[in-house]
Parts: sequence; structure tokens; C-alpha cells
Amino acid sequence: MIVGSRGHTGWRALAWHALLILVCLAMLYPVLWMVASSFKPESEIFTDLRPWPPGFSPRAYIEGWFGLQHPFGRYFLNSAIVASLSVVGNVIACSLAAFAFARLDFPLKRLWFTLMLGTLMLPYHVTLVPQYVLFQHLGWVDTFLPLVVPKFDAADAFFIFLMVQFFRGIPRELDEAATIDGCGPFRLYLMVILPLSMPVLATAAIFSFIWTWDDFFGPLIYLNDAANYTVPLALRAFVDSSGRSEWGPLFAMSTLSLVPVFLVFLLGQRLIIRGIATGGLKG
Amino acid sequence: MPPDAPDASPPALARRRRRRKPWAAGYLFLAPWLFGFFLLTAGPMVGSLYLSFTGFDLLQPPRWIGLANYERMFTDDPRFTAAFWVTMRYVLFSVPLKLAFALALAMLLDRGLRGLSFYRSVLYLPSLLGGSVAIAVLWKQIFGYDGLVNSALYSLFGVDGPSWISNPDYALETLIALRVWQFGSPMVIFLAGLRQIPTELYEAAAIDGAGPWTLFRRVTLPLLTPVVFFNLVLQTIDDFKAFTPAFIISGGTGGPVDSTLFYTLYLYQEGFGYFRMGYASALAWLLFVVIGTFTAAAFLTSRYWVHYADDRR
Repeated sequence: MIVGSRGHTGWRALAWHALLILVCLAMLYPVLWMVASSFKPESEIFTDLRPWPPGFSPRAYIEGWFGLQHPFGRYFLNSAIVASLSVVGNVIACSLAAFAFARLDFPLKRLWFTLMLGTLMLPYHVTLVPQYVLFQHLGWVDTFLPLVVPKFDAADAFFIFLMVQFFRGIPRELDEAATIDGCGPFRLYLMVILPLSMPVLATAAIFSFIWTWDDFFGPLIYLNDAANYTVPLALRAFVDSSGRSEWGPLFAMSTLSLVPVFLVFLLGQRLIIRGIATGGLKG
Repeated sequence: MPPDAPDASPPALARRRRRRKPWAAGYLFLAPWLFGFFLLTAGPMVGSLYLSFTGFDLLQPPRWIGLANYERMFTDDPRFTAAFWVTMRYVLFSVPLKLAFALALAMLLDRGLRGLSFYRSVLYLPSLLGGSVAIAVLWKQIFGYDGLVNSALYSLFGVDGPSWISNPDYALETLIALRVWQFGSPMVIFLAGLRQIPTELYEAAAIDGAGPWTLFRRVTLPLLTPVVFFNLVLQTIDDFKAFTPAFIISGGTGGPVDSTLFYTLYLYQEGFGYFRMGYASALAWLLFVVIGTFTAAAFLTSRYWVHYADDRR
């Protein structure tokens, strides 16, 4: 905390707090209103501006849950499978690559590292069509594989970069001690580096989860059968199929789809904020 | 690399004997990434560059047509022109507005008040949630004819608002508003930057009689330029790639009358709607070049406006 000349006390502090609370409420108002509306009777959604519900009617949730061809549980399960496999893939593959860059010596290391950094800036559109052709030839279209397998090949270079930074901060003396004790590189990675890197691994896991949970473009391209839809795709199908006066069920399912991301945020907000502040990870 | 010990004590010997191994070990650890790099990044990049000179519909093998795709883009495709300018307008409005908003709120937060981390988390939330389909759905309702904005206008002022999202004059603006609302992550980065500025600088300037505006212009902003630069590059790249909100709100069309036809949305329509994969690849490469140009311009001009702490000019 900053103290001294910029700290405020008494009435002035109170005024600043009041202003901040007002700003926070204004910013969250649309989301709060959506959550409230998901509990309101359909006819009141249009007229009721209050960001809290008059009661808790689960009508819209029941209607929404069964509003599409499959119950929404199916889509949540699909999303959960894709997101959790992506988390596992990213954490394993990126930490392996980061360990090589941070701790091992091999020819062309600098070249690979530069190329890895280069892929950070690359818009995925320039690889989109050939990747699609490749996955189509492999018969992977309309499966989760195109969404998950690239994660096991450390395709998200951002996490490699983040982990390299972190691994470099771990004292070299630990490696040397372990090497003298007869540790090979793999045991060094597994028994020394990884246990000391929980914060960065958790950060990578959290962002992997949020990004894949919210991902719309990938599933849109690769998933066709409604049974394979992830939650964002299902919501999109729901928007397209609902008439203009059926916002209740839509809001209910939208609200539910935000819950996992919100929970992850509650549990990991310190890591998320630090990941953004130091690594520029987008939220 | 550990420094080589000059003596040949047993551990050093053991280390030397293992010298060969880390060589192979390095590539073993890097194998998944290398595999992905060649098969999913480098190879496809070359592939799409090649495809951008072909006509390709996924069914027939690609047909070499030289520069025809690029020619069509620049001379004979009004939708490309529309998409290009829609995206430019989107980026040119949403990035500066979002950064200004983020900086203002970061400065509001950086006052040494209690509960900073609580406020920061709350204000970050729109940024966390805003890119999702769920929020795009919400936006579609809010700016629809009988949406939240119009019911507020009606009950507060008795005004009948238009349908914002289906009016080509306002549709893009609603998307810009959605993007500016996601000011959270640049705000967090600004806040971290603000807290690096030594308090003594403010004190010294205040003793010299600087008012709040002078403090901001002469102390805060110059010292913050590296962070502004970082945010600017990151957000610009991101906004060029925007897709989901336009897709959801316009139902995949980019309408009304192509007023929300984001570049990526047009690319998707060409590639995966009409299966003009060669044309889509050419569009992708142009996007790459445009993003690269913006980034390069930011880096090249940075020496004129970004001040680093150890700068002695």
C-alpha cells in the first residue's frame, strides 16, 4: 500500500470509496441485471431495470436447460472435457519446452527460442486453412482432437515464455546440487523445478482454462454435430433458435456458462492479476 | 550453463562425462513444441502462403491462379473494402478509448485507499467475462429494440430509442462500447506501472508548485509511456482479431449492411461459408501484414515517445 502524501484519511477517503463503489456498480450493472433477469418472469425482463430479482423463480433455468436438442448438461460436459484436457496439455508440454529453454544447452537453442517468441505475435488465421486441411485428412473434424491435441504440442507459446521467465529465477545452485547427487535432466525437471514452480504452473492452468472455456472460433470451425457442441456453440445455437421474446432461458444459460470462469477467478484472482500485471496475459 | 570447475574433482568428472547427454535431453524436452512448431505453425504458414495464390475449395486440389486473389481483394471486392474499414474504425476507436478509460480508472484506484485489491478485482471482471458468447448475447439484448438501453431511455426520459444493433449507424458503436467496457486488463497493467513511480517525484514536483494536471502531464504520463506502449501494442493486435461479439450479435452475417463485418468474420465467411479457402488464406496473410505493420510502426516510433527510466536524454 502506498502511504504518505497520497494516502487519504477520514471524510476524503470516504468520498473516494463512495465514488469507487459507484463506478464498480455501474461497470457490473449489465452483468448483475442479466443474472437478475434470469430469475424474473419473461414479461418483466423488458420493463424491470433493477439489478436484483423480485424472487428466485427457476423457470427460465429449467426451460433453458432443455431448450435445445440435448440438455445443456451435455454441452457443459463437452466444454469441461475440452477445457481440462487443454489445461493438462498446456501445463505439461509448455513446462517441458520451458525447461529446455531455461536450463538445458543444445545447438540452435537461440534460434528456436527466437522462433518461439515470433509465434507470440502470429495471428492464428495464417495457419488456419492448412491446419483445417490437415485435421480433415486425419479424420479429426467433428471431434475434440483439433481443439486439444495442439495444446499437447505447446502451441500456446505465451505459457512457455511465462515459464521460462519463472524457471530462470530458480537458483542454479539447486540444479548443481541435484546434478552432483546424480539427478539427470528429467529428474531435475520433475523433482526440483516443477515443485518450485507451482505459482507459474497454476497461472498457466488458470488462463488455459479460461481461454478454452470461452473459445468460440475453434469449436465453431471444428465441431458440427450438436452432440459435440461446447457451451459457447450451444449458446450461439440457442440465440439463433429463440424468438425475440425468449430472453429468460437465454440469460439463464448465459449466466450458468459464466459460473465456471467466475469460480476460477474467485479462487485464483491473485495469480490472474499478477499474470496480467507482469506477463501481459489477456484476460 | 554451470561454470566449469578447473580442477578434475570427481563431481566435475561426472559432469563432464554427462556432457553429451543434455544435448539430446534438450531436444527430447523440446520435442513436443518442435513437433507442433513444424506441423501446426511453420508448415501451415508456408501452406497458407501457397494457398493464397490458388483457388481451393477443399474438394478439388488447389489450382494456381497467381495474384488473382490479391487482385480481387483490392480491385473487385466491395465486401473486403467494407470489412477492412469496419475493422480499422473498430481498432482506431476502441483501443484509444479503452486505454484512456483504463488509465483513468487505474489512477482513481492508485490513491493508497484500503481495499484496493477488491476494487481492482471487481473492475477487472468485465474484461474477464466480456469476450464470452454469454456477454455477446447480453449485449444483443441490451442494444436491441426492446432492450435494456431503450427501456431505460423510455422510463427515464420517455424517449423511444431505435434498435441500436440493427441500425447501421450505431451497430459498430455498440461493439466498440462492448470492447471499451473490457478495460480491465490494461487497467491492471497501468496500475502496476503507476505503483512503480516513486512518490518522491510527485513530492518534488508538488513542492515546485505543480498542480494535478501538470503532475499528470510532466510526471505520470512520461514515466508511464513504456506501459502505454505495451498496452497499445497488445490491445491493437487483439482488436484486429476480434470476432465473437460481431458474429453473435449479427447472427454471423456482419450486418446490418456489413456495418459490423469484422475482417476475421469476413475471412470466416469466405473460408468456411463459401469454401473459398485460397481467398481466405490471402485474407489471412493480409491481416498478418497489417498487424505486423502496426506493430512495427509502434516499435519504430517508440524512440520518440517512450521514455525508459534509464534514459538520459
